[in-house]
Amino acid sequence: MLTIKNLHASIDGQAILKGLNLEVKPGEVHAIMGPNGAGKSTLASVLAGKEEYEITGGEVDFDGKDLLELETEERAKEGLFLAFQYPVEIPGVSNINFLRTALNEIREYRGEEPIAAKDFMAMVREKSKLVELDAKLASRSVNEGFSGGEKKRNEIFQMAMLEPKLAILDETDSGLDIDALRIVAGGVNKLRNQNNAIIVITHYQRLLDYIIPDFVHVLADGKIVKTGPKELALELEEKGYDWINDNAQTV
Amino acid sequence: MGYTEEELAKDLENSEYKFGFTTNIESDRAPNGINEDIIRFISAKKEEPEWLLEYRLNAYKAWRQMTEPEWAHIHYEKPQFEDICYYAAPKQTKKYESWDDVDPEMKETMKKLGISMEEQKRLTGTAVDFVMDSVSVATSFKAKLKELGIIFCSFSEAVQEHPELVKKYMGSVVPSKDNFYAALNSAVFTDGSFCYIPKGVRCPMELSTYFRINEGGTGQFERTLVVADEGSYVSYLEGCTAPMRDENQLHAAVVELIALDNAEIKYSTVQNWYPGDKNGKGGVYNFVTKRGICEKNAKISWTQVETGSAVTWKYPSCILKGDNSVGEFYSVAVTNNFQQADTGTKMIHLGKNTKSTIISKGISAGQSHNSYRGLVQIHANADNARNFSQCDSLLMTDRSGAHTFPYIECKNNSAKIEHEATTSKIGEDQIFYCLQRGISEEKAISLIVNGYCKEVLNQLPMEFAVEAQKLLEISLENSVG
Repeated sequence: MLTIKNLHASIDGQAILKGLNLEVKPGEVHAIMGPNGAGKSTLASVLAGKEEYEITGGEVDFDGKDLLELETEERAKEGLFLAFQYPVEIPGVSNINFLRTALNEIREYRGEEPIAAKDFMAMVREKSKLVELDAKLASRSVNEGFSGGEKKRNEIFQMAMLEPKLAILDETDSGLDIDALRIVAGGVNKLRNQNNAIIVITHYQRLLDYIIPDFVHVLADGKIVKTGPKELALELEEKGYDWINDNAQTV
Repeated sequence: MGYTEEELAKDLENSEYKFGFTTNIESDRAPNGINEDIIRFISAKKEEPEWLLEYRLNAYKAWRQMTEPEWAHIHYEKPQFEDICYYAAPKQTKKYESWDDVDPEMKETMKKLGISMEEQKRLTGTAVDFVMDSVSVATSFKAKLKELGIIFCSFSEAVQEHPELVKKYMGSVVPSKDNFYAALNSAVFTDGSFCYIPKGVRCPMELSTYFRINEGGTGQFERTLVVADEGSYVSYLEGCTAPMRDENQLHAAVVELIALDNAEIKYSTVQNWYPGDKNGKGGVYNFVTKRGICEKNAKISWTQVETGSAVTWKYPSCILKGDNSVGEFYSVAVTNNFQQADTGTKMIHLGKNTKSTIISKGISAGQSHNSYRGLVQIHANADNARNFSQCDSLLMTDRSGAHTFPYIECKNNSAKIEHEATTSKIGEDQIFYCLQRGISEEKAISLIVNGYCKEVLNQLPMEFAVEAQKLLEISLENSVG
């Protein structure tokens, strides 16, 4: 589904990603861990198509398409979803209106009719339950006045509504208490299936207690330096990232 | 002043002699320029009573002594008043009884303007009085309104049919010498709308007028007079469009609202006159005087969404004369390319326990300049007056400008006045967030801007709000930078 080969990216002339490789297949969950400044969020931003980043080398194939050639909104319409680390507030625009606009744009791209209001509302009711999002929040302005936990739940709610092929969760666990973490992770697990894939970017192992990954990758200095099964996360938690750094230098 | 009947008679005599307008009364178009004869010509064309001609001539005399105001934050080439044609009637001046009788060509023009009369008709309870180059050509729902005693007609018709009402209220809120453009309008106004709601009647439908500027080189000088008698209610919609044109066109309207005891007037405007091209060429000059007066417990709400005109100079105001009266002003003003807008409101608190609310949302794109200018005035007798003002500016580009000029004059210590102002630039992170959800940049901007204007758009009647949203979308195409 997603194949990243030797990806290089920089911002303001400073190289952040330095030859990153990653292969994600349908039905898989990949966790990307690593210390601050390793390039985790840069990877998410580059895949989503944030303009500030300059791609200086490499290629990314997304479901047979050259991802780097696609505009940001085309990537989204092709089924790439980013759950933001810091969800953005849009005052005066209701969550419902925002999502219906997004959903209909995606449907139009696929050559489908706009969703009927009745079906849409039924979908909102069903999907908001997944993350125990209060129905009232659905009609409030996008993320405005939401608590940190509500914002993150809202991201997963949007993911549920848009049903992406590939979802990238960028530090979705940051700022969540344990209950909210469980709810968010529970929602993500319910959305897992054989046809989609999820990349979980996180600092800490604790999210991976709830969302069990198929692979754990360690990102350091712009490259994947180690890949292993889910147990790698535990090992990292125990030994710290320095262990990887030392290891990587010896490789 | 000092203009006697004798002098008037003499003037009339002279003019008739000089230009022979009496024989030329069938003409559809007055010669360019402004002078007493032109005014007599207009008045004669409209078969106006003497007092109205006098009113016009007095206004004209005052106007001659006045100079064009320069205090506004706008720069433009001043109109050449001698090059303007002050009266032009469409070729076909026949009145239509029903929509079916309306000339198909005219209907086609309306369609091109995006004013689908069919749609208007279908919209529940919207009566449309269509003003085309000064002469009212179509009026609907009249019978239904008549049952309730509501008068809704063209200004000229009102002058003929209800002279006592026109005479009583015309100029009572905006005196003919109020300002340069109001004086000009008072001298040469050609038509407009008149509305009277009798005591205790709640007007069951939105009253709506579409104005447009049609013939090349014609200025448009409309007058609107809305009188809501005691305990009545009316919601009035005014929409404006003008076709593309190269030369600048002047529009100087006067709108007067009178809300008697316990009455309420809601006045909504959507204005999208031609703003000029991308290089700032052409466009309409919009110099409008709008003012309302509230008697006891009365309420006036102005709501405006302005996306058009090259230059706008407009301050819909409320005189809160009666105790417990309420004034509201909700405004969205969008400027793009080289447009300039200097707009805002005046809330004059005279009565006790009077309340006013001002919500102004300015959006500047391209290289445009958008200014809010507002006055909140609390007079000595206005005990416990309240005002809340919120003036927000949204910048779409680095080259555009937003300016705020709030004036507060308070002569009563019990007053409570609050003013909030913000200026922000449209967020790239907001746009990215939308893009990442599959929403195109154009739609994203439209969503964000509509969200920003929501408090104002919410004040508009439903069908008008939809139109306003479309307008915002159109006027902000390719505007982020």
